Amino acid sequence: MARLRLVHLAHARSGDKGDTANVGLIAYDPAHYGILREHVTAARVKAHFGGIVRGNVERFELPNLHALNFLLHGALDGGGTVSLMSDAQGKVMSTALLRMEIDVPDDVARAAQGMGLAPRGTA
Amino acid sequence: MTSGRRVLRVASGQGFWGDDLEAPVRQVEGGPIDYLMLDYLAEVTMSIMRKQQGRDPEAGYARDFVALMERIFPACVTKGIRVVTNAGGVNPRGCAQALIGAARRAGVAARVALVTGDDLMDRLDALLAAGHPLANMETGAGLETIRDRVRSANAYLGARPIVEALSHQPHVVVTGRASDAALTYAPMIHEFGWKWDDHDRISSGVVAGHINECGAQSTGGNSMPEWWTVPDLATVGFPIIEAEPSGEFVVTKHPGSGGRVDRRTVTEQLVYEIGDPKRYITPDAVADFTTIGLEEIGPDRVRVRGVKGTPPPDHLKVSVAYQNGWKAVGTLTYTWPDAAEKARAAARVLRERLDRLGLRFEAVRTELVGWDSTHGHLVGEPPADLPEVQLRVGVRSQDQAPVERFTREMVPLVLTGPPSATGYAGARARVQEIMAYWPALIPRDLVESALRVEVITA
Repeated sequence: MARLRLVHLAHARSGDKGDTANVGLIAYDPAHYGILREHVTAARVKAHFGGIVRGNVERFELPNLHALNFLLHGALDGGGTVSLMSDAQGKVMSTALLRMEIDVPDDVARAAQGMGLAPRGTA
Repeated sequence: MTSGRRVLRVASGQGFWGDDLEAPVRQVEGGPIDYLMLDYLAEVTMSIMRKQQGRDPEAGYARDFVALMERIFPACVTKGIRVVTNAGGVNPRGCAQALIGAARRAGVAARVALVTGDDLMDRLDALLAAGHPLANMETGAGLETIRDRVRSANAYLGARPIVEALSHQPHVVVTGRASDAALTYAPMIHEFGWKWDDHDRISSGVVAGHINECGAQSTGGNSMPEWWTVPDLATVGFPIIEAEPSGEFVVTKHPGSGGRVDRRTVTEQLVYEIGDPKRYITPDAVADFTTIGLEEIGPDRVRVRGVKGTPPPDHLKVSVAYQNGWKAVGTLTYTWPDAAEKARAAARVLRERLDRLGLRFEAVRTELVGWDSTHGHLVGEPPADLPEVQLRVGVRSQDQAPVERFTREMVPLVLTGPPSATGYAGARARVQEIMAYWPALIPRDLVESALRVEVITA
């Protein structure tokens, strides 16, 4: 087994509904959806964010899209216009989730190496 | 009503108020389309428009929409492209009238269909008196607790009034708070004659609307997978839905435009701002996003099929905006050496001064932009050689006075705090009135019985 950041296995997009942020987490390789489903649980995500998410975390499954959807309640300091956060609308909560580490089989870690990060000097 | 079309092209031209102004022009000129949908409204846009209308009774809608139409009106009329938009905001009538002026200046004889009835502001007291609490969907509190601070209240309309408007063969349909997705699927219902109880086809239209409603977010904009390889974002093609009578559709963009349409870019938009994917609720159907099937069928072409749905709820969502205090945010930049330590020390000095002044806030937030402002504690402690960091301090209060005073307390830190601070133009924070969002529900018949469609001609 190897520890791997989610950024190498999945991409994500986030947004807001009031004081709740949503993060959609999408497997790069459909074959890795099962790994996400097993390891990226609502409880693990809640623990990952710690004090950033004051409410509970809900998780929904979209196996057809190889994706999980998370609702992070109480994550936006009151939401939209009320919030004092730079990221008042949760636009980059997606990338904060991609920092999370999970344990994956060695072959998965090898295959995912370098995924999700731009090679130096390409942009 | 049905025209027997096999494929209907509904193009997205704006994903929010402030989106790429050239995008709708590219959609009209870049290839064939049948409808152009322009979405201008987000959760708090209505309250901003209401604020503008308070200063100028003629305002209260997306004025840049009118300027845009003056540019594209001749092409739209010549090519038979119909425009469907919620640019009307809190003043759809004013918007429609301004649009007539734009048509005249552009030299076209335009027919504009106007949808009104979403605005509940003048009906609030009657609704509350009749026993409709308009309770906050998140907190459960009744609207009466903030009644005197309400600045706008609008029901999210579905496709029904837009479909009725389209039956008058207008060049443009202008609405107030029509739900974003309805701007895309109403033309499908109109053109294909879908029945209102055909929940699967309408749900498929809803999915198409969700893909269209944020503009380039489904065509390579804000897309993570190998973002450095997305072609030519400078001329990014906004999405075009090629809808079919069966409900199936293809997501694409004009040939030669920038951006990318593939399974990944479309999926990113599908999971954007959704809750329970099995119950994506709209006024016209509840779409089940777990039934969506995606298939890449060619370059920049993704086919969507299999969407299932269930009947819509008996209630419509209401978007209420209310005054909820004041806030201000100031920034100062600190440089190496010890950039982060200096910024934090400055924040401590600032906090002590605010305390000594006896100022009370309901929240004070300190962030280090360039280190922890978006990922918080997940990034750990900053390295000692961090070249620079921006201290960002925000305060919030129900009272304006302490927030006003705060805006005078950050600039002095340049000469009275830790060394090497700059960028103090940002330190003189601007006081902002907070318009908070209050989502509520209302029985749909109370709204639908008051809807009105009329046609104005130039």
